[in-house]
Amino acid sequence: MAVAPASDAAEAARAACAAHANAPDALIEILHDVQAALGCVPKDAVPVIAEAINRSRAEVHGVVSFYHDFRSEPAGRVVVKLCRAEACQAVGCEALAQEAEKRLGVAFGETSMDGRVTLEAVYCLGDCALGPAALIGDELHGRLTAEKLEQLVKEAGA
Amino acid sequence: MTALTLFLPDDAAAASVGADRVAAALDAAAKTRSLHLTLVRTGSRGLLWLEPLLEVERAGARVGFGPLEADDAASVLDAVLGDGAHAKAVGAVEEIPYFAKQTRSLFARCGVIDPLDLGGFRAAGGLAGWDAARAMAPADIVAAVTASGLRGRGGAGFPAGIKWNTVLAAAGEQKYVCCNADEGDSGTFADRMLMEGDPFTLLAGMAIAGRASGAREGYVYIRSEYPRAIAKMRAAVAVWERDNVSGEDDRGSLFSFHIRVGAGSYVCGEETSMLESLEGQRGEVRAKPPIPALKGLFGKPTVVNNVLTLASVPAILERGADWYASLGAGRSTGTQAFQLAGNVKRGGLVELPFGVALRELIDGYGGGTLSGRPVRAVQLGGPLGAYVSADQLDVAMGYESLAEIGAMLGHGGIVVFDDSVDMARQARFAMDFCAIESCGKCTPCRLGAVRGRETIDKILAGDDVDANLALIEDLCEVMTDGSLCAMGGLTPMPVLSAIKGWPEDFRKARKAAE
Ligand SMILES: Cc1cc2nc3c(=O)[nH]c(=O)nc-3n(C[C@H](O)[C@H](O)[C@H](O)COP(=O)(O)O)c2cc1C
Repeated sequence: MAVAPASDAAEAARAACAAHANAPDALIEILHDVQAALGCVPKDAVPVIAEAINRSRAEVHGVVSFYHDFRSEPAGRVVVKLCRAEACQAVGCEALAQEAEKRLGVAFGETSMDGRVTLEAVYCLGDCALGPAALIGDELHGRLTAEKLEQLVKEAGA
Repeated sequence: MTALTLFLPDDAAAASVGADRVAAALDAAAKTRSLHLTLVRTGSRGLLWLEPLLEVERAGARVGFGPLEADDAASVLDAVLGDGAHAKAVGAVEEIPYFAKQTRSLFARCGVIDPLDLGGFRAAGGLAGWDAARAMAPADIVAAVTASGLRGRGGAGFPAGIKWNTVLAAAGEQKYVCCNADEGDSGTFADRMLMEGDPFTLLAGMAIAGRASGAREGYVYIRSEYPRAIAKMRAAVAVWERDNVSGEDDRGSLFSFHIRVGAGSYVCGEETSMLESLEGQRGEVRAKPPIPALKGLFGKPTVVNNVLTLASVPAILERGADWYASLGAGRSTGTQAFQLAGNVKRGGLVELPFGVALRELIDGYGGGTLSGRPVRAVQLGGPLGAYVSADQLDVAMGYESLAEIGAMLGHGGIVVFDDSVDMARQARFAMDFCAIESCGKCTPCRLGAVRGRETIDKILAGDDVDANLALIEDLCEVMTDGSLCAMGGLTPMPVLSAIKGWPEDFRKARKAAE
C-alpha cells in the first residue's frame, strides 16, 4: 500500500475526529480509526487532527510516537506480529523468530521489499499456554512452527 | 430435522488452535446430516491444552471432545448422535481432575454460558450482587468489600475496600471507575478469558464499585492485542445498556460504560500511565501523590482496579464477605486465578484458594514440562517478577509467602522453563524489555535499563565478568530506589533473581574463553 495522498489523509483524519465528537481525550481512539482507514497515521493527518480536537501538533505527534501500535508508513499486505515475551520464549520463540526472518525474507520491524509482509515483535498476546503465538492479520495462532507460520502467511494473502 | 445444541469456545486461545475452523466444519457436517445445529460459542473452561474443546449436554452433565481439528467434525457429530464413543472423548468436563479439583467461583460461568445472553445470565443469578448493592448504602458496600479481605489482582495486592473508601470519602460530584484490562504480563490471560467468557460479571462489578464510591461512569482500558475481548466487551455493554440493567434516576443512568483501547504499550498498565492514556495523552507515569483515588481520571476521584478484582465483587455481595474471607490463607483471602503458561504440558487457568504449593500447580495440574525435560526456572508474576528455581517449588502461593522468598504473585502468571533455558539471556531480556517499554519519564528506568542491557551483553561476551556483575548490582539498586514506578523499580527482580539462582549461567563465556 502506498502512502495516502494528503487530501485522503486529511479527510480520514477529519472523519475520525468527528466520529469521536472532536473530543481531545479520544485521541488514541481517533488514531486507531485513522490507521484502520489508511494503514498508518501519515504525517499529513497530524495537523488536521490537532486542529479538530484543539490540541497542538507537537502534542498529537508526541502521542503518535509514544505508542508502538501507530506507524507512519503503511505496512505490508500481511502483518505478522510474533510474540517474543517470556512464555513464548519458554517454548522456543527465539529460534522461531530467526527462522521466520529467513523464511519470510524480512527482518523484524521491517516490510519485505515486495511489500508482501511486515514482521514485528510483540510482547504477549495472551496465548501463553499455547505458544509460540502470533497474530497474522487479525487472526491469533498458537503452537506455531516455522512451517505453519510460513503456510499461514501464504494463506493470508502474502 | 433433529435439533442439537453444542458448545464450543470462541475464546482467543481456543481460536488460536482452530476453534473457528472446527465451528465451520461442524456447521458443514450438520448440513449434510439434515441436522439443525445450534452452536453456542462460549468462553473457555481454561483447560487450554484440550482446546478446541467441544461440549454437549448428556444426562445433566456437559461431556467434551478435544482437542478437536476440523477433520474431526463429522465423526464427532456422529458420536454425539450415537453412543458418544470417540477417540477424542474426554467424558464429563467437570469431572476431569484438573477442573474438578479447582474452586471455581470467579470463573464459575466462564466456558459454561453464552457470554452475551443477558436473560440467561440473569436467570442464573448473575445479577444478584448488583441487585443487592442497589439496595445497600454505599458505605455498607465498602464495608462488605473491606471485610472480605479482597486485594487487588493487578499486581500490587492493595486492599480494594480501603481504596474504595478513599474515593467514597473524597469530595465531588464527578468520580470514575477505571477497569485496568491492559493485562500486559507475559504468562497471563485470565482478564482476557473473563472478558471473553463472562463479560456481564465484570460490568456488574464495575457498577457495584460505582455505587460504592459515588461514581456513575466507568472506563474499561483494554489492550489492543485483545481484539476478541474488545469486541465481546463492546457487545456486552450494548446489551447491558439496551436492557437498562444499571437503572436510572433523575440524573440519568446510575452507571454507564466506555470501552477504550490501548495502543501497544506495556507501561500503560501502570495505573497513572493508564489514566494519562485514557485522557488521550502519552502514557507517561504520574508522580504519586496525589493518588488516583483522590485525583485520578480528568483530575477526579477514581477507583482503579484490575478486571479480576472488580469481577470478584458481585459474588462477595451475593454470598457474603464471610464466605469470601473463609477462602484462602491469612491475609490472602479468596481465590486466585493462577495461569499456567510457557513450557508446561497442561497449560491453562487454575482457580484455587491462595496457599496451594507451586509444585502442585506445575506438576499436579500442569503435568510438568511440555518438552518432558526437567523444570529449571519458573517466572512468577510477569516480566517484573522473580525467577524461582526447581528447589523452591514447595512455596505456598500467597502474597506473604512469596514475598518471603523474594518473589511476588503479580497477576498470577506462572511461566515454566525447562533446563534448556539460559538465565543470563533471561536477565538480559528483562533489561531489554524495560528499555523498550519504559515511558521515559524517570532516568533510573529509562537509562538504567539501557545500561543494564549493555552490561549484561558484556557479561555474555565474557568481558570482565566480576566487575560487570558488581555494576549490575549497583545499577539495580539505583533502579529499585530511584524509579518513579514499578517498571524500573521491579525490573531488578528478575535480573537479580537470575544472577542469584543461576550464577553459573553468567560465567559460561569466560569459562569457554579459558
Ligand atoms: C509497569 C506496570 C504495569 C502494570 N500493568 C498492569 C496491568 O496490565 N493490569 C493491571 O491490572 N495492573 C497493572 N499494574 C498495576 C497497576 O498499577 C495498579 O496497581 C492496578 O491496576 C490496581 O488495581 P488492583 O488494586 O485491582 O490490582 C501495572 C503496574 C506497573 C508498574
